[in-house]
Amino acid sequence: MSVGVLALQGDFREHAEVLRSLGAEVELIRRPEELDRISGLVIPGGESSVMDKLARAFGVAGPLAEAVRAGLPVYGTCAGLIMLADTVIDGIEGQQSIGGFDIAVRRNAFGSQTLSFETDLDVPVLGEPPVHAIFIRAPVVESVGTRARAIATLSDGRCVAVEQDNLLGTSFHPEITGEHRFHDYFLQKVAAAGFRY
Amino acid sequence: MTETTSAFGSSRVKRGLADMMKGGVIMDVVNAEQARIAEDAGAVAVMALERVPADIRSQGGVARMSDPDLIDSIIAEVSIPVMAKARIGHFVEAQILQALNVDYIDESEVLSPADYVNHIDKWNFTVPFVCGATNLGEALRRINEGAAMIRSKGEAGTGDVSEAMKHIRTIKGEVARLSALTKDELYVAAKELQAPYELVAEIAATGKLPVVLFVAGGVATPADAALMMQMGADGVFVGSGIFKSGNPQARANAIVKAVTFYDDPSVIASVSRGLGEAMVGINVSDLAAPHRLSERGW
Repeated sequence: MSVGVLALQGDFREHAEVLRSLGAEVELIRRPEELDRISGLVIPGGESSVMDKLARAFGVAGPLAEAVRAGLPVYGTCAGLIMLADTVIDGIEGQQSIGGFDIAVRRNAFGSQTLSFETDLDVPVLGEPPVHAIFIRAPVVESVGTRARAIATLSDGRCVAVEQDNLLGTSFHPEITGEHRFHDYFLQKVAAAGFRY
Repeated sequence: MTETTSAFGSSRVKRGLADMMKGGVIMDVVNAEQARIAEDAGAVAVMALERVPADIRSQGGVARMSDPDLIDSIIAEVSIPVMAKARIGHFVEAQILQALNVDYIDESEVLSPADYVNHIDKWNFTVPFVCGATNLGEALRRINEGAAMIRSKGEAGTGDVSEAMKHIRTIKGEVARLSALTKDELYVAAKELQAPYELVAEIAATGKLPVVLFVAGGVATPADAALMMQMGADGVFVGSGIFKSGNPQARANAIVKAVTFYDDPSVIASVSRGLGEAMVGINVSDLAAPHRLSERGW
């Protein structure tokens, strides 16, 4: 079972390291033909407008959207969450997403970098202790559709982690804090789905 | 579901934004229109400044922080991160840039230094800093002062990539050398690098810098950008190379693609076609030593 990490831009190496440490075989994905080797995909943190542009320019976006519709398990962090959202609010002009996740995500919802922060976050599906979450010019899930469900919110009620069948998304970055439980949770989805391209 | 203990401006938060820029291109822009072109082309961030280094070099005079109005107009135009430059040691320019809500400050040798002894104490700020370095000791001194990202200096405004090559080779080589030393040799290594022992020991143990390392200074073509990525850079700054070229839009697009596919010559070849003229450039060897910006910083 091999898990892909979309490697067009961003912190894909950090994701690959976490996945390898959990025993997964990892493929870095930049081209459409590489998608058919994997049974799950992580879309990393980075700049969503850049990933979107490159994913379309190199023909990954279309086949990836089809794979998501066909049930490919995908976990997106930050920019990756934006890439998965059906609706992107405050994208750059012409920005598109892969979609599949029944959510609306607001890009860069907290403001400039001086308002980026880290905090402890309760995530009931992962149990104790709380997740130490790092938000970097992060998005928030502004509305959660009927097919998706919120799995973590900030104290002000804003949703920052979501799940929908084989899809998982977080506004924050477990990959850079040594937090492996989200990736572990995701790998369980991948194993259960047994996705074949 | 509640959160406790929120922290702004921690090292992890500062270094984290640089992590998210990896595999990307940061482009110098001098107005909102160029910023729009850069964002559309796939820049991960823009560097807002009044004059690109090639013009600073040709026009001379004291180069300072940009006008706040210019920085505001660029922040208003784009939604990707906006960086801006403060002079080396000019902590009030840095305070102003933080008040303007820039996303990163570049304490830059491209501007005229304000202090020929000290750099800015970057721990005093919530906003993260990137600093230039020509070698590992310089990089570690900047990290010790609170820099959250390092860029090799290269020789800005020349379009000559040879200095950038020298600096990344030097930094990578020195990191590799530390990894090969025994524990008792690290004390002298720290002394020779003029860097704190703790940082030297950390690098010897991990085999890499504790912060993201971009390359800057003289990158003018997709091939230059891919060369730096193959040398192990995490990403690339392009200063004068884009907007001093014949077709900035096409060149910006091409450099972004070359950074992602830095190890695929067929992609680099295809994006290198039809870009028009590259910036004319100056050979670094033709520059008298006092005009070399990379020698600023201590």
